[in-house]
Amino acid sequence: MPIAKPYQDIPGTTIFDADQARKGYWLNQFCMSLMKAENRARFKADERAYLDEWAMTAAQKEAVLARDLNQCIRLGGNIYFLAKIGATDGRSYQQMAAGMTGMSETDYRDMMLAGGRRPDGTPRHAAVAPEVAADASAATRGDTRQDTRQESRQDTKGTPR
Amino acid sequence: MSQHARITASVYTSHVPAIGVAMDQGRTRDPYWQPLFAGYGPSRRWMDAHRPDAIVLVYNDHANAFSLDMIPTFALGTADRYEPADEGWGPRAVPTVHGHGELAAHLAQSVIQQDFDLTLINRMTVDHGLTVPLSLMFGEQPAGATGWPVPVIPLAVNVVQYPVPSGRRCLQLGQAIRRAVESFDTPLRVQVWGTGGMSHQLQGPRAGLINREWDNAWMDRLIADPRGLAEMPHLDYVREAGSEGIELVMWLIARGAMADLAESADPAGPAGSADASAPRVAHRFYHVPASNTAVGHLILENP
Repeated sequence: MPIAKPYQDIPGTTIFDADQARKGYWLNQFCMSLMKAENRARFKADERAYLDEWAMTAAQKEAVLARDLNQCIRLGGNIYFLAKIGATDGRSYQQMAAGMTGMSETDYRDMMLAGGRRPDGTPRHAAVAPEVAADASAATRGDTRQDTRQESRQDTKGTPR
Repeated sequence: MSQHARITASVYTSHVPAIGVAMDQGRTRDPYWQPLFAGYGPSRRWMDAHRPDAIVLVYNDHANAFSLDMIPTFALGTADRYEPADEGWGPRAVPTVHGHGELAAHLAQSVIQQDFDLTLINRMTVDHGLTVPLSLMFGEQPAGATGWPVPVIPLAVNVVQYPVPSGRRCLQLGQAIRRAVESFDTPLRVQVWGTGGMSHQLQGPRAGLINREWDNAWMDRLIADPRGLAEMPHLDYVREAGSEGIELVMWLIARGAMADLAESADPAGPAGSADASAPRVAHRFYHVPASNTAVGHLILENP
């Protein structure tokens, strides 16, 4: 009898269970390799060549190249591992999270200041003090700790809700 | 005074990485961060007055010390020192974490003999899950500090790959830790900290989830009805508090170590040192947002 997975109907949510971990093993281990500066440099110099060193599926490699984090998660990636790609690109957790929701960084930031997203998936809205809003992007940018070297690349083709 | 160690208090806090960055970059008075750090002002004053001899710090690693190569459910640190992890962009400029080797060795032996099959770790780095709570409770450390003010025994819990341990198992582990501490033959004051949470989701289209009402009801039950709360299924956490909100099960380990839940290891044995009175709430704080996360914080003292 298959094991029950009652968590598969939660909207906008993929649970990283043992089956996902099995599918995503090499994708996640590739991400771990980006904790080393020399590997980040090699990856950035030739992303395709670096990815080809790993026993990842073609679809996983394409998802990484496209910075499609939602697709990476479907293919077995876990966000704590995928965050290493964000760090390599100089993107914060908040920037990555915004990308996965299909919201602009500003809209996502304002939603968080308004109390975040409801469990049913709908965003909250509220008036936000301008000095807090102005401060918020800079304040949370550092959460991947790398200096904010912006790159123009879109990190996701996430589907808006 | 007892000649044995005892648990004096438990501390609960979120461990959001952006909080560590805000402290490391001197941004704690920015309009965005000021309300959060104001909420920890009483905590630091409390810590000055109630400094323990050792802290058992329950936290999770975030793909830093552990990859997918090894995924221990409960891993106790028995080393003498732990360096802050390089999470991919350089380690935090915070002091080395010094362990408490003697107490850790005692905990390892005692807790495993109480049927918790711990993994033991003699070499690892510690990431923001462990260092951010230390920063919150002890404040910025002077440059050149060679260690934190108190020795720390890390207890790393897998909450990354599902299934994580059940709330019930976490509460029971806390009870086992309490028995182990109380059988240590030196009169140490020990705190147990539970970290992580509160509601947050970092992945997928539902990223940004926050559930203020649920979080506060959960804290109410943690204080007043921990046994009932420990029966809450994982699915409720994921649905209501987000895929990463499930970190909250770690708070139940610290709660299980409090005196009002003391039980004998042997159901047929003596009742242990049970003191039925609930712990005193020394401080409680809640704030939204810290980056993507709701921040919850409690300090509970044993009577």
